[in-house]
Amino acid sequence: MWDYSETVKEHFFNPRNAGAVADANAIGEVGSLSCGDALRLTLKVDPATDTIQAAGFQTFGCGSAIASSSALTELIKGMTLDQALHVSNQDIADFLEGLPPEKMHCSVMGREALQAAVANYRGEVWQDDHEEGALVCKCFAVDAVLIEETIRANGLSSVEAVTHYTKAGGGCSACHEGIEEILTRVLAEQGKTFDPAAAPPPADKSGSAGARLGTLARIRRIEHAIEAIRPNLQRDHGDVELVDIDGKNVFVNMTGACAGCQMATTTLEGIQQRIVEDLGEFVRVLPAQAMPQTTNNQ
Amino acid sequence: MTQAPAGIYLDNNATTMVAPEVVEAMLPYFTEQFGNPSSMHQFGDRVGRALKTARQQVQALLGAALDSEIVFTSCGTESDATAILSALKAQPERREIITTVVEHPAVLSLCEHLEKEGYTVHYLRVDRKGRLDMQQYLDALSSKVAIVSVMWANNETGTLFPVEEMAELARSAGVMFHTDAVQVVGKIPIDLKRSAIDMLSLSGHKLHAPKGIGVLYLRRGTRFRPLLRGGHQERGRRAGTENSASIVALGKACELALAHMDAEKTQVRMLRDRLERGILAQVPNAFVTGDPSNRLPNTCNIAFEYIEGEAILLLLNKAGIAASSGSACTSGSLEPSHVMRAMDIPFTAAHGTTRFSLSRYNTVADIDRVIAAVPPIVAQLRRLSPYWDASAGAPLAEPETAFQPAYA
Repeated sequence: MWDYSETVKEHFFNPRNAGAVADANAIGEVGSLSCGDALRLTLKVDPATDTIQAAGFQTFGCGSAIASSSALTELIKGMTLDQALHVSNQDIADFLEGLPPEKMHCSVMGREALQAAVANYRGEVWQDDHEEGALVCKCFAVDAVLIEETIRANGLSSVEAVTHYTKAGGGCSACHEGIEEILTRVLAEQGKTFDPAAAPPPADKSGSAGARLGTLARIRRIEHAIEAIRPNLQRDHGDVELVDIDGKNVFVNMTGACAGCQMATTTLEGIQQRIVEDLGEFVRVLPAQAMPQTTNNQ
Repeated sequence: MTQAPAGIYLDNNATTMVAPEVVEAMLPYFTEQFGNPSSMHQFGDRVGRALKTARQQVQALLGAALDSEIVFTSCGTESDATAILSALKAQPERREIITTVVEHPAVLSLCEHLEKEGYTVHYLRVDRKGRLDMQQYLDALSSKVAIVSVMWANNETGTLFPVEEMAELARSAGVMFHTDAVQVVGKIPIDLKRSAIDMLSLSGHKLHAPKGIGVLYLRRGTRFRPLLRGGHQERGRRAGTENSASIVALGKACELALAHMDAEKTQVRMLRDRLERGILAQVPNAFVTGDPSNRLPNTCNIAFEYIEGEAILLLLNKAGIAASSGSACTSGSLEPSHVMRAMDIPFTAAHGTTRFSLSRYNTVADIDRVIAAVPPIVAQLRRLSPYWDASAGAPLAEPETAFQPAYA
């Protein structure tokens, strides 16, 4: 049985705003029948202020789909359309005090219905950009389609790299067999074979290999690499900041949801890989807590 | 989730209550009867004799010719894997397997894995009532096939397959035949000595014995290679110290099942039919899946259109009723049950399939409470459904075209 929070149960057993809004002027219909979810969101928007005056939902779906729909309507009532468009699926999940990883797609459906309804009100055509696959990593709710696309887009060739880019496989590691199978398949498309023993490809993209960077240029490049990673972390309510650089050691502060996260070590490795690739030299990324008087204690 | 203490349990195809007599029979084997049945002393000997009795009790329920044809395993899954892998090991020149699209994952996942290792698997199709395509079976049978593995009854719909006939056909073609009979044993009479079935899997917890005990029936003379090698337990066919308490329990459960076989045919079937008629008489847009004229006496699978199964189960659970569903969401996968898909049940119905599986412990009062509880639950969820016209109390005209969500 699913480990649903009390809030999920409450919104399932007593859904708010169920049914269609009578004189709706914004309608969003999204879902996927094959995965058993469909949602029709109806809004009444005040044309003068673009404020959502009433919201109603009709959902074909499981307990968490109904609860997510109920939560969505509660969240957006009274918001302007622009404010409502900032509601993320994470906000819906947070409102419900969390959803099981297998059920996160229910909250995604809520956000998409909202986007579709706003597009409908504005006379635009909403296009869904996301395709959903079978759930592979249950610790971090990563599906097969995302893993495949990430492997293709970034030329990944190892389970470790997949974990760094998608988080998949960073928890209990039970899905590593599944990730290896995806790697085997995607690499075969490119005429390559998956070799579990192979080292990650040499990081030589920066073109700076051999040419030593000046100290300032080197610091800038490290800063740059970290800046590039931050949006990914922020998406998961986390963040990272550069604290100090001491020779080969780069010290960072993990903040927000990253602090104390069971993935912190993996995240650090991902940051390290990125910096190493950009810099063209090996550095070690360490948490700022590991920055004592002598830095070679690791 | 807290349940009403006096819950109504209609999920016996998932697992069953251990019969009180079975618990009583097994308890001494945790305490004073702790000996290792292989040992050369009275502590072991007493347990060894109890295992012999249990083996004969299983033999009697299955109608096996010999008690040595009974091999105790840990579960149905182990029995299935042992049978299939043994057939492949014993006949390395045969690289094909025949099974069905509606098997339990214990067989299906293994076959999919074997495909990756280079074996060819023929998956027999079913029609809209879940009946096998026998012509496809005949076409696939050849000397290249190592084993046919076909379930006796489907766990979701209860639909029975003609395995006795299929085993005869396999024998004529010189092919080994295995059946996963976990849903059948104890529910309908079986007489293996009069059949051509070479191997059969059963699972204790489906017939009021505990979890963690299974059996592989292995016809004498069937070429066999063990899955687990080690000690000489089970005549070397399944090494590992015997789970003596559970074996004794399974023996007792088989004895009880044989004694109650008539109750399955009469009392349990009567309750199932009462439940089915009672629900269908009150709930529109609902239908029975599978083949109602040829199925287990305890199983009823109803598709409630335009609503989703997990939501139904949560509301049933709140009312103290335990059932099961073929919806995607109850399993955490994105697809509804492969059995419903194979029967071409539309998505709007497949997600709402709800399985009620009874046992001899259910009563008329239980069933009448369920008949009363189901219609309001279905109505409540349909009021939320985008396919349902709440004011008319009926589905939208042309529901699949009236509501077409983006991305599918």
